[in-house]
Parts: sequence; structure tokens; C-alpha cells
Amino acid sequence: MTATPTSQLAERAPTIVRASAGQRAWRALMKAPPTAWFGLVVVTAYILIAVLAPAIAPYPETELVGNAYEEWSEVFPLGTDQLGRDMLSRLIYGARNTIGIAFVTTALSFVLGGLLGLLAVVLGGWIDQVLGRAIDVLMAIPQLIFALVLLSILGASVVNLILIIAVLDSTRVFRLTRAVAMNVVVLDFVEAARLQGEKLGWIMTREILPNILPPLVAEFGLRFCFVFLTISALSFLGLGIQPPTADWGSMVRENATLINYGDITPLLAAGAIALLTVSINFIVDWFLHKTSGLKE
Amino acid sequence: MSAGDALLRIRGLRIEGQSEDTWHEIIKGIDLDLKRGEVLGLIGESGAGKSTIGLAAMGYARPGCRITAGTIEFDGVDLARLDEAAKRKIWGARISYVAQSAAAAFNPAHQLADQFAEAPLWHGRMGADECRRAAVDLYRRLQLPTPETIGDRYPHQVSGGQLQRAMTAMAMSCRPDLIVFDEPTTALDVTTQIEVLAAIKDTIKQYGTAALYITHDLAVVAQMADRIMVLRYGELVEEAPTAQMLSNPQKAYTKSLWAVRSLRKDEERGEQPLLSVKGVSASYGAVQVLHDVSVEVPRGRTVAVVGESGSGKSTLARAITGLLPPTQGTVVFDGKPLPPALKSRSKDLLRRVQMIYQMPDTALNPRRRVRDIIGRPVKHFLGLGGAALDRRIAELLAMTELDEQFMERLPSELSGGQKQRVCIARALAAEPELIICDEVTSALDQIVAEEILKLLLRLQKELKVSYLYITHDLATVKAIADEIVVMYRGRVVQSGMKSRVLSPPHHEYTDLLLSSVPEMKVGWLDDVLARRRPGANA
Amino acid sequence: MNAILVTVLKRLGLGVITLFVVSIIISFVFELLPGDFAKAILGQSATPETVAAFQREKGLDRPPVERYLKWIGGVVVGDFGESYSGAGSLGGSKRPVAKLIAPRLSNTLFLAATAAIVAVPLALVLGLLAALYRNSLFDRVVNVVTLTSISTPEFFVAYILMLFLAVKLPWFYALANVSSDTPFLEHLARIALPVLTLVLVTVAQMMRMTRAAIINLLASPYIEMARLKGVPPRRIIVHHALPNAWAPIANVIALNLAYLVVGVVIVEVVFTYPGIGQLMVDAVSKRDMPVVQGCALIFAATYILLNLVADIVAIVTNPRLLHPR
Repeated sequence: MTATPTSQLAERAPTIVRASAGQRAWRALMKAPPTAWFGLVVVTAYILIAVLAPAIAPYPETELVGNAYEEWSEVFPLGTDQLGRDMLSRLIYGARNTIGIAFVTTALSFVLGGLLGLLAVVLGGWIDQVLGRAIDVLMAIPQLIFALVLLSILGASVVNLILIIAVLDSTRVFRLTRAVAMNVVVLDFVEAARLQGEKLGWIMTREILPNILPPLVAEFGLRFCFVFLTISALSFLGLGIQPPTADWGSMVRENATLINYGDITPLLAAGAIALLTVSINFIVDWFLHKTSGLKE
Repeated sequence: MSAGDALLRIRGLRIEGQSEDTWHEIIKGIDLDLKRGEVLGLIGESGAGKSTIGLAAMGYARPGCRITAGTIEFDGVDLARLDEAAKRKIWGARISYVAQSAAAAFNPAHQLADQFAEAPLWHGRMGADECRRAAVDLYRRLQLPTPETIGDRYPHQVSGGQLQRAMTAMAMSCRPDLIVFDEPTTALDVTTQIEVLAAIKDTIKQYGTAALYITHDLAVVAQMADRIMVLRYGELVEEAPTAQMLSNPQKAYTKSLWAVRSLRKDEERGEQPLLSVKGVSASYGAVQVLHDVSVEVPRGRTVAVVGESGSGKSTLARAITGLLPPTQGTVVFDGKPLPPALKSRSKDLLRRVQMIYQMPDTALNPRRRVRDIIGRPVKHFLGLGGAALDRRIAELLAMTELDEQFMERLPSELSGGQKQRVCIARALAAEPELIICDEVTSALDQIVAEEILKLLLRLQKELKVSYLYITHDLATVKAIADEIVVMYRGRVVQSGMKSRVLSPPHHEYTDLLLSSVPEMKVGWLDDVLARRRPGANA
Repeated sequence: MNAILVTVLKRLGLGVITLFVVSIIISFVFELLPGDFAKAILGQSATPETVAAFQREKGLDRPPVERYLKWIGGVVVGDFGESYSGAGSLGGSKRPVAKLIAPRLSNTLFLAATAAIVAVPLALVLGLLAALYRNSLFDRVVNVVTLTSISTPEFFVAYILMLFLAVKLPWFYALANVSSDTPFLEHLARIALPVLTLVLVTVAQMMRMTRAAIINLLASPYIEMARLKGVPPRRIIVHHALPNAWAPIANVIALNLAYLVVGVVIVEVVFTYPGIGQLMVDAVSKRDMPVVQGCALIFAATYILLNLVADIVAIVTNPRLLHPR
């Protein structure tokens, strides 16, 4: 038997760049645009604040420590709210509550939507049809409106909020997962796995999932922003996270009157929301640009 | 000829392409001369840069490419120095372009005649009525059906071969001095290709148009070109008049390209049948694609299934593997009927029939290493683990002429040929008795394709495995088959031993198919056409 | 032409079916609540008698199918039932939902239409410019600005505008509280800030999508072919890109009008504009189900209609359907 690797003579193999994931990530980071850097720094700061909230906040989350609507001072750096709670402390705790709830909701919607999307693609046939139609109908109702209807029936509570938004948002995750997985499932290596008698679970987790991860990760960032904005909007409408829990959306509503006196304090919470979603969008934009190669 | 005949003169052309934010040189100093009325063939394998050179001859570089050095003198004007507005006066009027995929290159929203007329009207060469007449005239010359009315159609309303000819007509609309043909027949079936080739050749000859004819197909370029340039990795390998280049290539690379099509296997008759497809019909929904197909594959032999697109040859493979259970008929494997659906087949049956695919790029999971790709069937079917598994993987790699360092690689770190070897190793890992090969060499460059064929032949000798080899390419059939099955529109039109099918008398369709395959000799095309249309050319 | 007609009719049929299923969902969400809705709305202190009376009056004791048929039968003739507020034990007169919705619906449509008239052309022009001059400084700046703008909550934008353009600089009305006898011009002046808010949040999204659609189109081989025929850029855009761009553009507009309709809810609350969004939010906090359902159905119908129109535009501009084989 001749074992000369003749193919190397005829063809050039691609050059192999061996670098660990960490090295590659670092190299990519060094080349990242300033917007992406800005996003990364902001998101890291938010996460730190959320995790360390009790250690950083000068006052407890819900305790009345002063009079209502006190101005900015050394005692209360950002003043107090409509009940006399410390605004800065509530902003800090708000990071924890608002981000935490939005994260759990997004994660849930990805588990649900991603699983159904993968199943629809791998099983195909009538299951795919039925799921697709059902999702189409659910998506025919604007998400915020649907959430309002469900909240009016079930009542506003954190658990209801998480479940409702997660289910409604999973429709979009389903759509995306199905679309990208559909491009993968028709490839020959998936057929090869089927022909070798591989089980459903193997095909879903080993053959398809790793190949659709980049778009899903990017989508996670975008969905998180969307969920975060939806929950904030509902809280702002008084139908989301309920008092006395500190949360940015409700804080804007509760103190909105101050704006009529030219006080920007209520906008700090709104600004905190905007800053986070903008930062995540900057990161996702960069990530999409990296993973899609030279699209434009 | 005198120097006054020079139409295109390229000197020291260098082009860079962008990938991953860095620029790489893809054309490394090309000189090219073309006289008026001359056809120059540019041939090479993938990555040779032939299309890039073709577009550069128009002074155009695709987005992501840039011309960094050199001059492109067209009729005395350096296109590389011209601004876009000045080049627009030349494009379409004096140099035009024929793309590989006519279906994509025609605007779906406009009629063919309007797209034909755009360049002459825009460049002020003709009025609307004149355009109309010119279009009909060219459509007739290019032998399009109903030339008077075909211009009223939209691109999606005509077939691929017709569209390709309509695009040639469009390129000729201003009677340009030069046309760049970029693989114009690569996407077509052979029986369609021959008509398009003939039409293009006749027309450019009549009009005395010079052409750059870009292709990877030697036999095609031999028919079309007066002179040939062989390219590799953006550099010139050699250049000579066509007859001389065919008969007496100088460089080793060219010689190896020329030798590719000479591989022949002596046919051997099989004894006992391993696989018998008996009267199988199959449908996609309401559309029946297989009609009463019967095929027999003997143990240790190769049966080639030949047909053009739409012949049902790949569907046959799906019916055998159980991906598309037949509506009628049975598939018998090793004396016992195979359960029609994949789900009801036992693990051992799945093991004994394996498959290799056309596109090695999509046949390997890009996220798994070679070790896992090959190791999985070993573990799954044969239950090996630990050191025994490693040893077996190394053995399989050695059988496919890859060494152990490939184990830890990802598919993206392999060349096309290496990927296909890994696919073969994966199929062999199950220790199968039958391997279905679906166009396994048609996505590969010719030299690599030949190595894969040699590998398959050697493996058959050593392992006594049977192949059901699906292909549209008759050269491959000659190289590998013992028996041949010819399919047309879902039916078997002829089958038998290779020598029997390839020698006359043929079935009518087999004859058309065989006579349409370009051969590597000058004048073949003219001979065939003369034979097919007695009196028509007189 | 027949192929088009058939496809359009099919699409219309699908729209009607979707609307029907949506109405069923909106009606049957009642069944989601474990236990008794009447008890939940009347509070723990309600006696069994009041609960029973409330249920009888509102037909909550009837089976869901019967309730649905009664409701949808009314909706078809413009009767959305009666509001819970001022009913049963709470006393007061009956208030038909349709009467509550009608004036507010026209207010909302006025607001949304005004915003759309400004936003749609602006977004299309900006999107086209960004696509034509892509990777230029203009494009990069626009990218960052729009990315920022789409990730900002509507109420943030709304309050910022209110703070700076109404409170600090008293150029506009801070609140948009109009009534039916507000003169037209004053109505317009009062909704200036809500309109501006809606324009800001939708233009960003819409122009990004327009840009992407145009770039995608310009990457087609037939565009390269046209270039190589010597056709200048202006004609390439008008003659080669545009005829193929109607479908994606219609899609972008429909999506964003739909987005605008929902964005209206928040903006109305911020500026206390008496529209259907504010009505719905009030009804949700009072758990006034007939009003919630009526509003939801109207929002959903608008949404479905917009998507329907976009799909029909895509169908009637598709050359494959316009000119069948």
C-alpha cells in the first residue's frame, strides 16, 4: 500500500492558524472599533453593579430614609424619590432587578423558542407546519398589546411578567432558529448522520446547534435588549415590575412629575436603560460584522 | 500579423483580494496579448485567478479586489488609468461580458429584448427599431427558438441554455471588439452545452469579435480558442497556440492536466448481485421522478449511473438509502429486501450501505474535528473505544493516504481533496459492502479528482467493496465503471457492461449524450455539428 | 394575471383566517386564569351573591364558546360589548365599549398618520443615501446614531424632548391633552412632541432596514452586469434596482408602521394624549376586559392589515407572477 499523501502535491491546503480561543478573542478585541469597546466597558460595569449592589448602595432598596423629592445633596447624591427613598440606591438595585429579570426572561425564551425551532426543522413534515402556523398567528398580535391583554387577565407580578414575555418573545427566537437551522439541516453532513442512524438528540445538539450558534448568540443580545425595553415599557405603564421593588421603568413613571419642573433626576433611570441597550447593540453590531465576514 | 492588429495588451498586472481585513496578492504579474478577432482561452483550476483576469481586462475589479500594478491597454488606452465615467463609454459598447450564470445576470424585472437594447440605446449606437431588428437577427444566429418573439419574454420564462445564448446576443448587441466569456457553459448539461458552444463559436467568427474565453474545461477550450494560456495561483504556467498546446505541452503541470482524462479501468463482470433495485418508482409529492427503475450492483464491482440534471439519478440514491421510500418496487440487498424507510432499518443494515457526497465542503460538519468525524461511525457501528479507536482512525486515514497529523484538524483546515478523503474514510469506517458515490469528483479540480478516482479503485481492489457511482461525466465513467446504467427523465434507457454501452449501436439518448461530451482535439465541435446537421452547414 | 389574482386571494384568505384565530385567542384568554375572574376583579371582600350577580350580568357564567359567539357576533356589527366600569355592584350607567373607543381611535389614527407622513419618506431617503454612500463617514455616523436611537426606550426620548423642548425651552406643548372640540391647528400643534418622538424612534429602524435592503439588491449579479454594460449609477438605481425593490421596501414600511402603532401606546401615556393606547393601558390596570379585548382586536387587525398590504405589494410586483410561463 502506498501511503504518500499525493493530494498535497496537487492542491494547496489552507494554512492552519493554530490559536487558542482566548488568543483569538484577544486578537479580535484589539482590533475592535471604539463603539464595541465602549459597549464592552459599559456592560461589564453594569454587571459589576448588579452583582455588587448591596455592597455599593449607600442605603437599602426600599427603606424610607428622607423626605419625598429631596434635592441632590451630600447625604442623597441623587436626591430622594416620591416616597423619600434614596434615588442612587434604588438606581443601583434597579440594575440588579431589571437586568436580572430581563436576562431570565430572555434565557427562557431562547430555551423554549430554540428547542421548538430545532424540533420543527429536524422533524419537519406536519409538526413543522403546525408549529409554524401557530407561531404566525401569535405573531399577528403586536407583542406589547398581547402582553397587556395577558397581564390584565393574570394580573401583574414578576413571575407572570417573565412567563408572558418569555412565551411571546420565543416566537421570534423560533423563527430565527428555524430559519438558520433550515440552512444547516439540508447540508449533506446532516443527511450523513441520519444515514448512520444517529438519534434526534445527536443531530440537534451535535450536528446542527454548533453550526447555528453565532447567529443565535447575536440574536440573544438583540432579544435581550428588546425584552429589556418591553419590560421597562410595561413597568413604566405601571403593569410590569410592581412596587416596592426598585426598577428603572417604574422609577421613571413614579417621578415623572419632576420633569415638569425641569429636574432631570427621573431621566437617570431611563438613561440607564438606554445606555445598556445601546452598549449591547454596539457589541452585537461588531460581533455580526466579525462573524458574517465581508458582507458588504 | 502586424502590431496594428493588437487589441488588448496587458503588462505586469497585479491584483489583490481582501480576506479577513488583510490584502493578499491573487494575480501576480500577468502579461497578456490579444489580437483583433482572436480567441484566447484562459484555463486553470479553482484559485487560478482566471475570472479576475477576465474582469480586469475590462478595467473592472469586483468589490473586495483592487488592481495594484500593471497596464491594461485596450486599443491603445490604458483602462487601469481610466476613471469610471470613461470606462462606462467602453463597457457594453466596445468590450462586453458574458457571465457564468445567465439566470442571475439577467434582471428579472425586464424583458430580454429591453435588456438587449439597453447598451446600444445608451451608447447611442442604434435606435429602438434598429435594436429590435438586431436582436431578432442575433437571436436567429444563436439559434434561439422563435427569434421574433423570444425577446418579449422575461428571464424566468426561458430555459438555462437559451438564456445563456440570449446573454451572448446581448453582449454582441453593440458589435464589440472584445467579449469576455466567463465560464459561459459550466452550469449547463452537456447536451445543452454543445448547442451553446456552437452558437457562440459561429457568431463570434462571423462578426470577427475577439474573445477571452475563461473555463476550467480543457476540451471546451480546445474547441473555442485559437491560443491558450494555462494559469495557476495567479501566475502564467505556459502559453501556446491551441493545437501545439494540446499535442505538446511543455510544463509538468500542464502535462498532468492533460493526462487526467486518460484514466481507464478494465471492466470485470460481476458474479453474485449485492444490490438489486427492482421496478422502483418514487415521487416528490405529486411529481413522479422515478419510473420503474431496475438496477443491479454485483459484489465488488462498480455500476455507474449516468444522466443529466433531472434524470433522477440522485433520487435513485435517496430511494436506495431509504431517505425517500419508493412508492413501488423493492430494493433487495444481499438476498433480502431492504425495509423501504430509513427508520425501520437495523443498525447493521445502515452500516453495510454508506454514502459519499458531491460537495466535500458540506458533507463534513465544520465544527467537528477529523478525529470525531471518522471516529463516530467506528464507535457507533463497531463499538471500538480508547486506544483501539485511535488506532483504527489512524488506519483509516492511512488507507485514504492522509497521515495522523490530520486527526486534530477541522474541515476548514483541509483542501478540497483532503476533505473528500476524510469523507471516504468516514464511509470506510463502517466497513460497508456498498458505497453510493454521488458525483464525488465533480466539485473537485481535475487533477485532484483523478487522485480520488485512483483511491476509490485501489480501495475496491483491497476491500472488495461495491460502488454505485452516480455521475454526469462520461470521462469519470470510463475511468471507474464495470457496468453502466443510462438514465433519462426518471427512466433507465440503457444498461449493461461498459464496453457494450459505450460502443454502438446505442440507444438514441445515449448516442446524444456520448456525442455531446467535448473531446480534447481541435475541430471536434465542428465535426460533431457537421455530422448532426447534414446539409445544414453547406 | 390569473396567477396574481389567485395568489392575492389566497393571501387575503389567510389574513381573514388569521384575524379570526386572533379573535378566538383574545376571547379565550379568560380561560387562562385559574379560578374565578369575577372574584379576582371584585376583590376578596365581594360576597358570593355580588360575584354571582356580576357573572350573570356579564355572561361570565356562560360556556366560553357561547360567550365568544356572542362577542364576535357583536363585533361584526360594531358592538364591542359593555365596559365593566360603572357596572354591577359598582353602580352607574352602562357604557358601550364602542362609544369609548371610537373618538380615541380617530385621535390615535391622526397621531400615527401624521408621524408616518413625516417618517416614511425621510427614512427611505436617508436609507437610500446611506446605501449609496456606504462605508463613508456619513454612513458610519448614521449607523451609530440610528443604532443608539433604536435601542433607546420611547419614554426616554419622549421625556427628553419634553424636558428640553417644552420645559426648558417653551417651544411646544408639554402635554397633548386635546378634546373633540380642539381646533384642528391647535390639535396639530399639541401633538408636535408625540409626533417627533414617534418619528425619531421609527425613522432609525426604517432607514437601517432600507439601507440593508438596497445593499442586498445592489449585490445582485444583474446589477454588476448592468454596470459592465456601461450603464451609469443613476440609471442602475432607477431602472435595475427599483423595480426589484418594491417588495422589500413595502415590507420595511409595513413593519415600521406596525411598530409605530404599538409605539403609540407609550407616547400617548407620556403626553396624556386621549388615544386608544392610553385607553387600553387604563383598562388593563382596571381589568376592564371588554375594553381591553376591543382595543387588542383593533391593534391586531391593524397589524394584520399592514402585513397583508406589504405581502400584496410583493405579489403584484413579482415578475415571476406578473408574467407566468
